[in-house]
Amino acid sequence: MIGQRHYPNQVRIPMYPQPMNNPLNPLDIEAIRNDFSILKEENDLPLIYLDSAATSQTPDCVIEAMDAYYRTYNSNIHRGIYRISEEATAKHEEARQRIGRFINARRPSQIIFTRNTTESINLVAYSWGSANLREGDEILVTVMEHHSNLLPWQLLSQRTGAKLRFIEITDEGVLQLDDLERLLTERTKIVAMTHVSNVLGTINPVQELIAAAHAVGAKVLIDGAQSVPHFDVDVQELDCDFLAFSGHKMCGPTGIGVLYGKSDLLEEMPPFLGGGSMIRSVQRESSTYADVPAKFEAGTPAISEAIGLAAAVDYLNKVGLEAIFVHEQELLEYAHQKLNEIEDITIYGPKPRQKTGAITFNLEGIHPHDLAGVLDTVGVAVRAGHHCAQPLMQKYGVIATVRASFYLYNKLDEIDTLHEGLLKAQRMLTRRRR
Amino acid sequence: MNIYEEDILDHYENPSNYGTLEHPDISYEEDNPLCGDQIRIDLQVEDGIITDLRFCGHGCTISLAAASMLTEEIKGKPLEEVKQLNKDDILDMLGIPLGPVRLKCGLLALKVLKAGAYGLKGWPGEEDEEAK
Repeated sequence: MIGQRHYPNQVRIPMYPQPMNNPLNPLDIEAIRNDFSILKEENDLPLIYLDSAATSQTPDCVIEAMDAYYRTYNSNIHRGIYRISEEATAKHEEARQRIGRFINARRPSQIIFTRNTTESINLVAYSWGSANLREGDEILVTVMEHHSNLLPWQLLSQRTGAKLRFIEITDEGVLQLDDLERLLTERTKIVAMTHVSNVLGTINPVQELIAAAHAVGAKVLIDGAQSVPHFDVDVQELDCDFLAFSGHKMCGPTGIGVLYGKSDLLEEMPPFLGGGSMIRSVQRESSTYADVPAKFEAGTPAISEAIGLAAAVDYLNKVGLEAIFVHEQELLEYAHQKLNEIEDITIYGPKPRQKTGAITFNLEGIHPHDLAGVLDTVGVAVRAGHHCAQPLMQKYGVIATVRASFYLYNKLDEIDTLHEGLLKAQRMLTRRRR
Repeated sequence: MNIYEEDILDHYENPSNYGTLEHPDISYEEDNPLCGDQIRIDLQVEDGIITDLRFCGHGCTISLAAASMLTEEIKGKPLEEVKQLNKDDILDMLGIPLGPVRLKCGLLALKVLKAGAYGLKGWPGEEDEEAK
């Protein structure tokens, strides 16, 4: 059966959308920038924010939605028998519905609120993983995972004796799938992989991999932290078992993340954290648990943050994910073109159209921290470091890189400033170095 | 005040006491897990005095310039005296303010020195804060 499956070397990269089929009005960038107070701040230097893959900026509508909660109906949810608590409960549950619709979940109970992607993945690794894995089983991840989709599985492997295996990547930064049949077998119990690399921006062919994993009976968790903010992710179309993502990378606040799961899996899974809200009835020695999603939401949740994330989802819907994706492609094309003009630059990862959101690079002989430091002097905010992806850094034989990442509010001329800042760094830092 | 002052760039480009000693009395190497910077310091100590020293490694301008300045500062000094050096001394040598992330770059050389010479493993400055 395994031998019958076919994995072409060049897997179809899912492009969301197919720009040619979806003629769009281009984004009105100035109008969008007007929605973000932080981008309108008057300072000596402009804020050229190229670090949205770490955290995105927050539009005023999201801040206002959270502000309204604290100013007008701040109260704990679910058991308050009074007006503002009922309002807070309704807004919190309505947020769950809107966020569920955003990823096309069948029902709101499939949306579990967590703190972030990391907590969502840990929830699955502890709850589902501890109940289902044992020695001899295998967990399949990729070398491009963020540490948040590696460490929970390393810990699970240490607890259960299950073996961790890795899908390698090519020098171009795409998954190497020719030997998938060796890696993905009946021993594989779960595949945990990122939809989009947080370092390289690579869009992985997750739909094909999910089908392949299901064919051997494995479950699949998709790390959607870098995909859900940038293009339409449809959990029913993908057929993933779990999807994890964070609010603060998609115009929402920090402190709120989501775990989507298939209902039958969530219902079978034991609780993760114990405490208030997650119980049905409690005796001295044992308890019975609430239905999902409450079973996984012990303690007072991040109420204003859930409401803020729903406002962010509404905002992204209003602007349009397709238009955002096309705009980011335009930024990426231009960034690749401009940065490739620089001598002694190494750009990691695939070309635009195989990726989204980010360009990662190094300049010969200049430490990434220094590059980021010089760019800061011209107002450009980028990230320098290992990007919580040390196995990927090891694959490229570097300690760190510089990453510029884009979102709906970035402009082409900001890339010109990035380019000028890099030339400035080269002038300053590669003069007489021995 | 710019963290890329001419003085810092000079130390970065032409560091003092760069290299290794053939027979060091003390040799210690460590890295900064935040950014992977790595510094090794070799010391030659006679009658409690640092008579010669070298450093080597890789890192950003701040970590290498701080290492270079530190080695200039302590050459010929009693090893015991060097124990008193702390975060503020490094900031004085660099002559610039450093944010919390770059501070670790600036302090790496002193951390390596203190770990090698006295077995003090913490980040300079942090032990003081704990004691307060």
